[in-house]
Amino acid sequence: MNRKLLRKIVAKTGFAVLLVGILLFTVFPFYYAIVTSFKSGSDLFDVTWWVSSIDFSNYLSVIGDGSFVGSIWNSVLVSFATVIIAMVFGLTAAYALGRVQFRGRSAVLMIVLGVSMFPQVAVLSGLFEVIRALDLYNSPLALIFSYTIFTLPFTVWILTTFMRQLPKELEEAAIVDGASPMTTLFKVFIPLMWPAMATTGLLAFIAAWNEFLFALTFTLTDDQRTVPVAIALLTGGSQYELPWGNLMAASVIVTVPLVLLVLIFQRRIVSGLTAGAVKG
Amino acid sequence: MAYTAPAPVDTVAGGKSPARAFPVKRQASRVRRQRLRAAWLFLIPMLLVLAAVAGWPLMRTIWFSFTDASFSNISEYGLVGFENYLVYDNGAWYGVLADPTWWSAVWNTLFFTVVSVGIETVLGLIIALTLNAQFTGRGWVRAATLIPWAVPTIVSAKMWGWMLHDQFGIINEMLLGLGLIAEPLNWTANADLSMWAVIMVDVWKTTPFMALLTLAALQMLPSDCYEAAKVDGIHPVRVFFKVTLPLILPALMVAIIFRVLDALRVFDVIYVLTSNSEDTMSMSVYARQQLVEFQDVGYGSAASTVLFLIIALLTISYLYLGRKQIGGEA
Repeated sequence: MNRKLLRKIVAKTGFAVLLVGILLFTVFPFYYAIVTSFKSGSDLFDVTWWVSSIDFSNYLSVIGDGSFVGSIWNSVLVSFATVIIAMVFGLTAAYALGRVQFRGRSAVLMIVLGVSMFPQVAVLSGLFEVIRALDLYNSPLALIFSYTIFTLPFTVWILTTFMRQLPKELEEAAIVDGASPMTTLFKVFIPLMWPAMATTGLLAFIAAWNEFLFALTFTLTDDQRTVPVAIALLTGGSQYELPWGNLMAASVIVTVPLVLLVLIFQRRIVSGLTAGAVKG
Repeated sequence: MAYTAPAPVDTVAGGKSPARAFPVKRQASRVRRQRLRAAWLFLIPMLLVLAAVAGWPLMRTIWFSFTDASFSNISEYGLVGFENYLVYDNGAWYGVLADPTWWSAVWNTLFFTVVSVGIETVLGLIIALTLNAQFTGRGWVRAATLIPWAVPTIVSAKMWGWMLHDQFGIINEMLLGLGLIAEPLNWTANADLSMWAVIMVDVWKTTPFMALLTLAALQMLPSDCYEAAKVDGIHPVRVFFKVTLPLILPALMVAIIFRVLDALRVFDVIYVLTSNSEDTMSMSVYARQQLVEFQDVGYGSAASTVLFLIIALLTISYLYLGRKQIGGEA
């Protein structure tokens, strides 16, 4: 009896240690960035485990820097526009792929899946030429255009998965009433697709917000940068000493909205990620 | 099976009298034709967009790899054949395939992919098994594990860059405090450590993805075989290896393949954490350096094309193997 109890206690403690370990592993780096962002001057170089005094000077200097605020604005613009474009093309394509049986359907799905596997660097020089030809170089439009390469395939893929799960009786009723496919899509499916659209939109938004390689290559001046590039290129007085306080403050500013989105919509995000991968 | 020929139309008509059934049938096929036309009308814009952002640029990249185009003036170039790939000139080999830096980038990428995906799979599995248990606050822990996934890669590289700082980093402080190291380590600049620093950041950032996919697979498992195992008094570790692992293996494999394809094109983490250092340079970093920093579009495109071929080969074999699954769902 005693041994059984002991074993139970050991198992419970082990589980608790495991949980604390997981939490520390996932949360600590972000927590430490927040701690650092509230320090300034020489405090920065004393390692401390918690916030001892709150000093907003890093935040003020980051926000006071016009080009960083401009970068946030560029990121917001690029991410929203990318989501809208992916939705418009993704929903119509998903309707065709998810609800209509036609020849060449699995070939189209293969193409979509294939494009989502493209290494970004493989299209870099070709896209650069296209962007130059369209005169989009060094403008957020270049990013909106190029981000479609990764947002559109998974939008199509996930929306198709969701679209397939809707009962076919709905559509049959619409067909009997003589509704055109366009009307069916807009009046029958889109109202039912809101949860799926929210999920996909969130994933596309996060992907666009975080993208780095295209943003680094297709923009040149500070005022056209998006947030990840602005953070990567943030430099201090000398080439060798990075302004770590400002960097951490900027990191916290651009990450907090994402973390909030994830905490609020965690169920949706999980369902989107699993629909995109497991069922693929 | 998403669409069936509009059977209800037939049932409504009753189909008893042949005279009435005929126009109904014609109407049914008209509806079907209309739907087919609409399907293609809906698909074409998407396909055109994909052609514009992916198909055409890819073809141009492959084309550029046979030219001497430069980044500053991309419209004027001459054809050079396979010179960017491999050429024998004056007693020595030149080109991407003869460049030791390229081969070290290939090695770095493979090492990075195998080690980081391996660690992520094991850690993801552990986290998923933990989250699969019933306990209070489970939703919160699951939400917390999602945080690294949401943090932009650039930000996570910078955050870790600060934690791994050689003089003021908390990781050195921790290890010194525990007595594991005698003096601070220069994680991001030391040739032996920098790849491990990169792997550390990547593991932190992408383990949640693996954990969530594994958790989703775990939650779809039937509970009856566990009850049977429990009744038979089989040790949990044995149950895991004999029952759980084989059952979740298909889903786990899909997640691993996704991660492998993703890891092979790694760029952000390495570029931000260790810049263009040769010790950690991946294939993507190498290609971009040639393209943008050295302005050599021809040579950089050749490197990109080789990377594309490697990933395409893997993707095709994956699609070939998974074809049955996708086709079956259709």
